[in-house]
Amino acid sequence: MEWTDTGIVLGTRRHGEANAILEVLTISHGRHLGMVRGGGGTRLRPVLQPGNTVTVTWRARLDEHLGQYTVEGIDLRAATFLDRAHALYGVTHVAALCRLLPERDPHANVFDALLALVDDLDDPLWFAARLARFELQILSELGFGLDLSECAATGTTEDLIYVSPRSGRAVSRAAAGPWRDKLLPLPAFMTMSDDIEECPDAADVGAAFALTGYFLDRRVLEPRGCPMPDARQSFLASVLGRDPPPCVHR
Amino acid sequence: MPAVAGPEIERLIQLLARLPGLGPRSARRAALHLIKKREQLMTPLSAALAVAAEKIQVCRICGNIDTQNPCTVCTDPRRDPSVIVVVADVADLWALERAHAVNARYHVLGGTLSPLDGVGPEDLTIDALVTRAHAADVKEVILALNATVDGQTTAHYITDLLNDADVAVTRLAYGVPVGGELDYLDEGTLAAAIRSRTPV
Repeated sequence: MEWTDTGIVLGTRRHGEANAILEVLTISHGRHLGMVRGGGGTRLRPVLQPGNTVTVTWRARLDEHLGQYTVEGIDLRAATFLDRAHALYGVTHVAALCRLLPERDPHANVFDALLALVDDLDDPLWFAARLARFELQILSELGFGLDLSECAATGTTEDLIYVSPRSGRAVSRAAAGPWRDKLLPLPAFMTMSDDIEECPDAADVGAAFALTGYFLDRRVLEPRGCPMPDARQSFLASVLGRDPPPCVHR
Repeated sequence: MPAVAGPEIERLIQLLARLPGLGPRSARRAALHLIKKREQLMTPLSAALAVAAEKIQVCRICGNIDTQNPCTVCTDPRRDPSVIVVVADVADLWALERAHAVNARYHVLGGTLSPLDGVGPEDLTIDALVTRAHAADVKEVILALNATVDGQTTAHYITDLLNDADVAVTRLAYGVPVGGELDYLDEGTLAAAIRSRTPV
């Protein structure tokens, strides 16, 4: 078995003294793990940092084997964001989100979205808005997508500003009526089918993360018995200036 | 493979093979060497191992390992108590001491945050560091953590937690190693070096 693909590094784990287990999100082979000989060494460690784009060649005798990767760095962007907290937390959180996807299941559109995300990390708010949309996409890929195309009550496609926490469907301002306090705010940039053209404000970005966080927690993480990734809270703190992350024993 | 020695020697080889840098073949060579030099090497080595196993402790202040608690570094009066150098592991502490780079006290975290390995803040000694950094005599915390995504995520996490402490939080520089030729450096390191450039 042998294939070559382009991937984005999600993480590595040391394997023995010199080797590493590499986890990448590839275009055609999805989230895929493999062993990298010498991956623990100084030559390859800079290449195997999360967020880097690499070309991987995977070889194994049988398909179900872990296999071995040969890795070549294409875009070693990780070194450029080590001094930016929002980027580090964001990439760590994105990797945790990708880990929710089943192994070896291709998600080419998630790869494209992830590549666009890690390619444009400079502006914290801009990056955060795209990350909120990425969370929405992950929910959809996992089969828990929200229906934000029309109002659940009236069918209108205009003035959709709420989401029902029960059904995950959009609700218009007019239909919300007395239930508005029980609905989740829906920022306009979350309903755009194309990429965002104008950077939303911090309040909208916060509302978007509250929305995706609610559904990620209830529909994906809670049934699996997983907590919300720590990096998400740290990311929001660095971008929105919210409370610093909790220190468990403090 | 049939055993070529008694169970005691096989056990010795098995244990030696677990050491870093040693495989079964090199462990067999090391065992043979120890056996040949029984009086000069094997007996003193086993005695030293027994003493070390009995006496080595983790320092209750900084997390360093030593035969006294608090450790030699923490009790050294010549060290600057106003600076704490935060390292991920004892090996990093030893590396900095070899370099004679800083005459300060240390704090060993016991690793870095790593979601893939399931290492969270509660698995590290971050809470003890935060307590130490709030002491009146501490003026600076130097984050000497690896220039990796995990290492720097840990550094930023600690920086966030030390926001309300009256200390300067600094980190090591990124960039070109001494003796490094630009032509042979990876693009990421070069980009980081350019971003971290300083006036001459």
